[in-house]
Amino acid sequence: MSERTIELEVLRYRPEQDQEPFFQTYKVPCEEEWVVLDALNYVKEEMDRTLSYRWSCHMFVCGSCGMMIDGEPKLACKAFLKDYPTGKIRVEPLSNFPIERDLVVVLDDFVEKLESVKPYIIPKEERTVEQGEYLQTPAQLKAFKQYTLCINCLCCYAVCPQYGLDESFVGPAALALAHRYNMDSRDLGRAARDDVVAAAEGIWHCSFVGACSQVCPKDVDPAGAIQQAKFAHGIDYLTSFLPGGKR
Amino acid sequence: MQVIEADVIIVGAGGAGLRTAIAVAEADPKLSIALLSKVYPMRSHTCAAEGGAAGVIKSNDNLEYHFHDTVSGGDWLTDQDAVDLFVNEIPKELLRMEHWGCPWSRETSGNVAVRPFGGMKIMRTWFAADKTGFHMLHTLFQTSIKYPSVKRFDEYYTVDLLTDDGACYGCTAIEMRTGQMRQFRGKAIVICSGGAGKIFPFTTNGAVKTGDGMAMAYRAGVPLKDMEFVQYHPTGLPGSGILLTEACRGEGGYLLNKDGYRYLQDYGLGPETPTPVLKAMELGPRDQLSQAFWHEQKKGRTIPTKWGDVVHLDLRHLGEKKIDERLPLIRELSAKYVDSDPVTTLVPVRPVVHYMMGGIHTDIHAATPLNGLYAAGECACVSINGANRLGSNSLGELLVFGARAGRGAAEYAKKGLTAPSERLDALAADSEARVKAWFQRTQATDRVPDLKKRLTTAMEDGCGIYRDEATIKAACDIIVDVRERFKNVALEDKSSVYNTDLYQTLEMDAMIEVAQTVAVSALERRESRGAHQRLDHVKRDDEAFLKHSMAHYNPNGEPRIDYLDVVITKSKPAERVYGARAGGQSAA
Ligand SMILES: Cc1cc2nc3c(=O)[nH]c(=O)nc-3n(C[C@H](O)[C@H](O)[C@H](O)COP(=O)(O)OP(=O)(O)OC[C@H]3O[C@@H](n4cnc5c(N)ncnc54)[C@H](O)[C@@H]3O)c2cc1C
Repeated sequence: MSERTIELEVLRYRPEQDQEPFFQTYKVPCEEEWVVLDALNYVKEEMDRTLSYRWSCHMFVCGSCGMMIDGEPKLACKAFLKDYPTGKIRVEPLSNFPIERDLVVVLDDFVEKLESVKPYIIPKEERTVEQGEYLQTPAQLKAFKQYTLCINCLCCYAVCPQYGLDESFVGPAALALAHRYNMDSRDLGRAARDDVVAAAEGIWHCSFVGACSQVCPKDVDPAGAIQQAKFAHGIDYLTSFLPGGKR
Repeated sequence: MQVIEADVIIVGAGGAGLRTAIAVAEADPKLSIALLSKVYPMRSHTCAAEGGAAGVIKSNDNLEYHFHDTVSGGDWLTDQDAVDLFVNEIPKELLRMEHWGCPWSRETSGNVAVRPFGGMKIMRTWFAADKTGFHMLHTLFQTSIKYPSVKRFDEYYTVDLLTDDGACYGCTAIEMRTGQMRQFRGKAIVICSGGAGKIFPFTTNGAVKTGDGMAMAYRAGVPLKDMEFVQYHPTGLPGSGILLTEACRGEGGYLLNKDGYRYLQDYGLGPETPTPVLKAMELGPRDQLSQAFWHEQKKGRTIPTKWGDVVHLDLRHLGEKKIDERLPLIRELSAKYVDSDPVTTLVPVRPVVHYMMGGIHTDIHAATPLNGLYAAGECACVSINGANRLGSNSLGELLVFGARAGRGAAEYAKKGLTAPSERLDALAADSEARVKAWFQRTQATDRVPDLKKRLTTAMEDGCGIYRDEATIKAACDIIVDVRERFKNVALEDKSSVYNTDLYQTLEMDAMIEVAQTVAVSALERRESRGAHQRLDHVKRDDEAFLKHSMAHYNPNGEPRIDYLDVVITKSKPAERVYGARAGGQSAA
């Protein structure tokens, strides 16, 4: 049938035995409709049981299979072979993260950052179930909805020049998540998040290259979120000089 | 071996595990919680749920309606006491999710919106566009961060439960980054490990859904209940098995055969109407829709493709605006995976294995017969789903019974029961030896991927939409053979760090157990009910089989099956009625 053989060049690294990472090439017979993840799964099942990578849903939503594909961070389940006509594809672990093994990177730093922005509703006062739902109009929902769509695939960190230079930067996904809660009409936690968000390592560290938004497979636009957050803080700063302002 | 202690241990950090953790933390902040998961929580397969979660909230609805839809949808194999409290507690749980920030879709008034779903008499499915499970999972995960007593062990693969004298005191788990096994000791254990769709070759289930927790409980002596009931969802994408949510039909989509005919009207679900009517046509229950496909296929009215026969899902008449607002993921998945933009094109679909109605036997408090062991979510069987789950009831189930498991485990943990530590050390050492044996074996005559193909193909052939004695028996025989051959596999990867050869082998071990309970339970149930359709026993037989199948572990062979009465409170078993006779309202 419509089969085609591709050359999959995969970065390998097993810390117990490899001095340093190296490329291993697999010649993989593929179906036309396949994505890079299918090719990896073929290697794993039929050619080499020692290759390790993360994956689960195969439908762009669990965020496990972010990796560098021909130098660009992508979801392996969303990288269609037909978009790589030369038949040679290079697969590497996400840039800017330590390699744990093969295509698996160490996520500790990101997880700590995500936790640090207090990504949960901080209400004025706890609402009881008997009080029913908060009313939230479609327009209020729209104000933050886009920023809820992040699947934590970390493609954005892999292209962020700031994070590449200085990993103290809180980074695109975590800042977008903080902004998501700040913009939610049910939330009053912005001040509590500011010690991380508005710190030197927070929004002000972003140089607005915008690469994060370009590679985001879910169109979350973290760069836009950070811009909005900076703008909001700018307004705060100015209004603090007005009569009745905080200053 | 390092020992880690906690008051409550939770295995699994999907929707059910996270809800359980929050419930324990809220019940008593002093209780320490260890939350284990073989993937980071947000990778759990709850993220894949698209359509929504049912709960009575609107003034035209009431709990009785939800109760009756669920009981008849489950072909009266549901436990009615469980359904009663489920429909009663779910609206509160969904409101809690709202307070925690879940971005539910809204009406212009600002109230949460609901959409129609199959087999439901009233529109009652809360949704967040077509990414409901994703939003629920992230909301629960992010909310769980606020409770300091929840300590996560991300990427820890749980291997065995530690049980002694009728009670459970912990588990063993491998830290995947180092390959080191740890002994987790707790005063109460909750399994929230999700379903087992991966025992079939063509499924909507992600790689993680291999039934590990079911197998652990089963080996520890807890029966697996109603395992023969496997839900086929009528609309999966050919090839990949990716789901196109029932909400496609809730929003008004049609199913067409090769002649462009809405064939469901030939199967007691008609008449056809241009806009959706609740409980009719495309909004019938999943078991009947998948069965209708099978008949169309037999009649030669499906469309052959490289990936098997299909019918068409037609969404074109909904228009681009509605599709983008309500079904954006569906549009993206269809366009990318089968090159069909639903705004302009028919989308090929076929039935696909989706959900396990059966699971670890629990009571309405999510407690298993083993003291100190609880289970919730898709791995458990309470049972509210009976012989056929209604779409949008399982996201609710993981909240209601996750919360119950959490409260129950918290209460139980306070008793502070423990087993002698030498005893637990010995059990943990056995578990470690079992894993080490995979490493030590050098000569392999069989490979895990080949055995997996053999197993999953046998399940599809023998335990599909329609079954009979001969096909099920054939599947049973293959499973026995696969089990034998599995003893002859060896790891090809002998390393410690993130060794996925090892985890896939352990998963295969679980899949064999779970598949065997499905096949043997199916063989023994000589009637047709809900998702279990026997060509050689075509009628429902309440006399003999208004009972739950209980599959008990048997170390020397196939599981032993016995039966447990169904709890019936107010709804006497009757005929399931859909289509015109169901009197459903318009859902337009
Ligand atoms: C594509 C799709 C769409 C769906 N849509 C809907 C819908 O619209 N409405 C609805 O009500 N239901 C829907 N369902 C069903 C519903 O999503 C699932 O039943 C539910 O999310 C299961 O949740 P869970 O928490 O039980 O399991 P999961 O979310 O699968 O989580 C299981 C957890 O257990 C962990 N685990 C498993 N084994 C081990 C081990 N050995 N060691 C450590 N951890 C382990 C995993 O890491 C994971 O964290 C859908 C299902 C699918 C597949």
